Amino acid sequence: MAASANELQEFRLEVSAWLDENNPKDPGFLLPQTFMEVGTDQQLEFLREWQYKLWNAGFLGVHWPTQYGGRSLDPAFQSIADKEMHKHQTPITFNVIGLGWAGPLILDIGSKEEKAKYLKGILSGEDIWCQGFSEPDHGSDLGNAQVKATRDGDDYVINGSKIWTTMGNYAKYMILLARTNPQAERKYDGLSFFLSPMKAEGIETRPIKKLTGEYGFTETFFTDARINVDCRVGEEGEGWKIAMQTLQYERGAAAGAAGGLMVVRIALDDAINAIKDLKRDGKPLLHDPLVRDQLVKLAMEEKAITLGARRAAIQALNSDYPMSLPLSYKLRVSEHNRRMRQFVISLQGAHGALYVGDQNAIEGGFWQRAYFNSFSSTIGGGTSQIQANIIGEHVLGLPKS
Amino acid sequence: MLMNSKPLSNNESIHFSEEQSMLLDSAREFCKKRSSIAAVRILLESEAGYNPDVWRELVNLGWMGIAIPEQFGGSGLTIGSAVPIAECMGKTLLSTPFISSTIAAQAIIRGGSDQQKRAYLPAIAGGNIITTALLENEDWGDSNVTVNAIADGDELILQGIKNQVQDAAVADFFIVSATVTGDKKLIIVPASTLNPKAINKQQLIDETKRCALVNFCDARVPASNVLPGDYDTLLRDIQLIAAMLLAAEATGSTAACLDLIVEYIKTRKQFGKIIGSYQALKHPTVDILCDMDSAKSFVYHAASIIDDGRLDDDAEIACRMAKAQASQALLFAGDRAVQFHGGMGFTYECDAQLYIRRAQWAQQVFGDASHHRKRLAGLLLG
Repeated sequence: MAASANELQEFRLEVSAWLDENNPKDPGFLLPQTFMEVGTDQQLEFLREWQYKLWNAGFLGVHWPTQYGGRSLDPAFQSIADKEMHKHQTPITFNVIGLGWAGPLILDIGSKEEKAKYLKGILSGEDIWCQGFSEPDHGSDLGNAQVKATRDGDDYVINGSKIWTTMGNYAKYMILLARTNPQAERKYDGLSFFLSPMKAEGIETRPIKKLTGEYGFTETFFTDARINVDCRVGEEGEGWKIAMQTLQYERGAAAGAAGGLMVVRIALDDAINAIKDLKRDGKPLLHDPLVRDQLVKLAMEEKAITLGARRAAIQALNSDYPMSLPLSYKLRVSEHNRRMRQFVISLQGAHGALYVGDQNAIEGGFWQRAYFNSFSSTIGGGTSQIQANIIGEHVLGLPKS
Repeated sequence: MLMNSKPLSNNESIHFSEEQSMLLDSAREFCKKRSSIAAVRILLESEAGYNPDVWRELVNLGWMGIAIPEQFGGSGLTIGSAVPIAECMGKTLLSTPFISSTIAAQAIIRGGSDQQKRAYLPAIAGGNIITTALLENEDWGDSNVTVNAIADGDELILQGIKNQVQDAAVADFFIVSATVTGDKKLIIVPASTLNPKAINKQQLIDETKRCALVNFCDARVPASNVLPGDYDTLLRDIQLIAAMLLAAEATGSTAACLDLIVEYIKTRKQFGKIIGSYQALKHPTVDILCDMDSAKSFVYHAASIIDDGRLDDDAEIACRMAKAQASQALLFAGDRAVQFHGGMGFTYECDAQLYIRRAQWAQQVFGDASHHRKRLAGLLLG
């Protein structure tokens, strides 16, 4: 049932008041800005507790059915809760693969048993989910996944390895894309989709130490690991289709995702705050004309992204290249973030050379770490170079590279 | 998972009404039909630089009156409604006095007396051409005004020269910035008051455009031709509106230039391969698309938030961002269009020359990218 403006406003006030009261104080250690940065048990426990509290208060997955841990409300309520989390700069809701991908997928096409088994644990944060799509030998080429799932009686026997498994060492379940038919004529038709347990014989994870010096991902090895046939979602050969469907949910509550705060936003005004008291040539940095010009360029990039998202919704203003704005969004945002964060380091003068762990590092080395982590978006989900190919080919109609 | 950034300026509006959408469709249709590349090339060498029949048609379509209030013979829409038209004109390189006249009309709409509005606006809506004469040297950021207007009874006598007055040779009226007994003012000056040899054509890098040095020496106008509106406010507002309209035009030209590049690199073969398959060409072409998209977003954002009142900070930011972005986008597109056409690109015959020339012209009129960024720095960073 659609919500009235009054109800929504009332809900907004309720969420806001609750967050004023319950938004956690600075824990004294750097918190992850994205779910890909959960590197220590300390961080994990903190975020797990926060997500539980949020769900328990009734502000996460509110549009999911009541019997599965939600409140059966209109998605508009969740959008409001999400906006309030942004506004209050809360920590992230870390169980992103569950909340944003596996959960909505199970809601859409899962059986009653699957819904009962998985959904509530996703919302409460008790069951952490990870994703097994990427493989070591073909980063951006998802359709070429080679991990094998061979049918043997009531089981599939899994062999091979996945990489960039976010929170692989903490996860209870994985959404797994594996090849059930290596003989299929089209590579896409040989894939199937599984909700796989992670704690099973033959499944091992090895944490990957990132560029930042921290952890957050694992490599995941399958050696004759047996999972039950029930773990398969859809028919054999439908894996590609279901994987693509899964990628559609991350656009927010209206698309089915449980909501929450996926990332800690870093905007240009945060960058300006970070450097406003610094000096250059003995004078305030923000008076330097070169610095000012660079900041204005970044401000324009940032604003163009926001305005582009608005314009994308107006059909008449997208008639020449209708897919241009949606298909370039990831490229623009990720590259902008990378440039902006690097620039903030450049502006720190000698302090720019300090890193997380140094007492004098500005904001504890936040910007240095944020810059390094920004590559997760310019590389993950298809590198910027692949994105440019996709735009060139699908929007402009250029031939394949 | 991507950052959802928050801009320094919080106004993120873009509206586009059904009415504007229809206007865009008809402008697109009209410009395509009346301004083929062949037609554009025929006009390059012409004296006036535009086709009077096309001008008459677009006046009859009501476009010159689009932002003129209804009581003065227009349609009473906001100036933002001229944006889709300017964009379509840019896309087809259709040059007419539409943009100069629309800008100058805004000076009267926003700063004129009732009597001035009655005297000039219906004429402008009906196709009389009016243009602004503001620049005196190469510097769009120079606020000095050396053109002087000396009182002689109820009249003013002008002295001084204005630089790069758009469409001067065909203008019926000029809006001239001048100093009147120490105060800067905008004055309506009819072309009929100028000396016979007052207008000296300048050779523009963009051969689709026309401008001239105008010597206002001895031009004699009634003192009542001074616009009563506050000079600084008025000048700022019409310069910002001009920046928006020129940005819209440049954005259209960037899109056309992009189409030209894409068409060529999609068909041209070298070393046995279609050259558009090479990432060295493909990726910069995608950059042009993204730059153009950003310019378009700024332009329609500006169009959405300018109303009939004094332009507020959000509107100023929007117009300046639009002009800064559109200038840069077209510069890059024109430059790459020539390069990517190889040997052909170096010829006058190749249409890439039209865009690289338009780009050099468009970037400077009403301030180039750094002019606007410098002012944005003040607005955004204090």
